[in-house]
Amino acid sequence: MANSREFYWRRLHSLLGVIPVGIFLIQHLIVNHYATRGVESFNNAAHVMEGLPFRLILEIFIIFVPLYFHAIYGVYIAFTSRNNPRQYGTFRNWMFIMQRVTGVFTLIFVTWHIWETRIAAAMGADVNFGMMESILSDPFMLAFYIAGVVSTTFHFANGLWSFLVTWGVTISPSSQRISTYVTIGIFLALTTIGIRAILAFV
Amino acid sequence: MTATETMKEQKMIRFEIYRQDDLDSTPYMEEFEIPYRANMNVISALMEIRRNPFNKKGDKTTPVAWDMGCLEEVCGACSMVINGTPRQSCTALVDQLEQPIRLEPMKTFPVVRDLQVDRSRMFDSLKKVKAWIPIDGTYDLGPGPRMPEKRRQWAYELSKCMTCGVCLEACPNVNSKSDFIGPAPLSQVRLFNAHPTGAMNKNERLQAIMGDGGLGDCGNSQNCVQACPKGIPLTTSIAALNRDTNLQMFRNFFGSDNEV
Ligand code: HEM
Ligand code: SF4
Ligand code: FES
Repeated sequence: MANSREFYWRRLHSLLGVIPVGIFLIQHLIVNHYATRGVESFNNAAHVMEGLPFRLILEIFIIFVPLYFHAIYGVYIAFTSRNNPRQYGTFRNWMFIMQRVTGVFTLIFVTWHIWETRIAAAMGADVNFGMMESILSDPFMLAFYIAGVVSTTFHFANGLWSFLVTWGVTISPSSQRISTYVTIGIFLALTTIGIRAILAFV
Repeated sequence: MTATETMKEQKMIRFEIYRQDDLDSTPYMEEFEIPYRANMNVISALMEIRRNPFNKKGDKTTPVAWDMGCLEEVCGACSMVINGTPRQSCTALVDQLEQPIRLEPMKTFPVVRDLQVDRSRMFDSLKKVKAWIPIDGTYDLGPGPRMPEKRRQWAYELSKCMTCGVCLEACPNVNSKSDFIGPAPLSQVRLFNAHPTGAMNKNERLQAIMGDGGLGDCGNSQNCVQACPKGIPLTTSIAALNRDTNLQMFRNFFGSDNEV
């Protein structure tokens, strides 16, 4: 990179992946999980979120700007690596590759998802149970949403592992091994929550 | 041709060598067959080719160029990619390699000729990160502070680096699209910052790896620690430096103790 601020941009990229984007992801998956309790519960929860004061400002500064900064810089990072799984087929090297693959896929999914829900809402559509129900009635979209959620939760959980390295929390090999197990647990938990919510609409 | 005939009864070792006449010329592959001897390593095989520079087809060719120094895996000069893995050719035993043995230069570096590469960028990086301890002055500074024995033990492991370049070759983020200096010089920063006298210039080294192509470019594939022939805990060094540089960053922003 031409400018000498690269280190700080990379640190910012890492931080934004967790705060606020990762935190928002957890919150979003949990709110969606209301769908498993029925149409009424989900719509109520969605309307509470919609009714938050300063909603547009919150959305812009807690979601869109950090997310797209992370995503666009992430694409740049992803395309400056030269993957070599044939020479080094280790678990960590595969995770490194998967972090980049799921990053790019998540960008496609999230952009589509925002278009289909949030932008549609700005155009006047009502975001509610019925909307998701009709989107997910298409088997292709159902598969796309499931893949999108798994890709995002994987990217977040594995990103949390490298976040802990980037910020100098896990230094020793044993602490890095333990955080691998913990982040696998987080991946499984968030994936379960996310997929249960999706299946509640079908 | 008689030479090939007499060798027929003998067990032969097959080589596929990727050759290149100079930096800009197109690489090509040349096959060789040389007579087997017990306990050969890749270098003794290359010496055999140099003695008798005929390729597998029996055509006379130029001897293959390569680099070497110590012949005991301490200088790092003889590194090349052997059957797909970057390693030292002096400790690559023919008996332990699958044939044909494929030899390629480490393409992370400019190729001088054949298997010989120019590792200058690593030495430039060591200069950039100030991988030394400045003690020169106009008067005798006297003995420095003592180093705790426990720290000496782990620092000794880091000091084994021979600048061989294998960890750069293994790293997915060291390539022509990036200016990442790679794991080896980073780990040297940890080594020199661990030294009680070296620590007196700690912030300068941290500042250097917070610049372009520095620590921020690591993506944690952790290939380096698998690849290093000296078993240097490179990823531990990198994570420890992450902690140090983050603290340095906060000191730079908010503190008044950012110099040393
Ligand atoms: C829901 C959205 C996302 C979340 C929650 C998220 C979260 C994270 C986290 C926590 C990290 C680890 C940071 C670190 O290593 O210190 C990370 C890294 C990364 N993210 Fe994302 N991310 C998201 C979307 C994206 C998108 C859309 C891309 C686009 C390609 C992307 C590309 C990357 C890349 C390449 C890395 C690795 C950075 C490195 O190794 O230095 N991410 N992400
Ligand atoms: S750290 Fe290991 S692999 Fe890297 S240059 Fe030094 S000795 Fe070679
Ligand atoms: S010749 Fe020195 S490491 Fe091989």
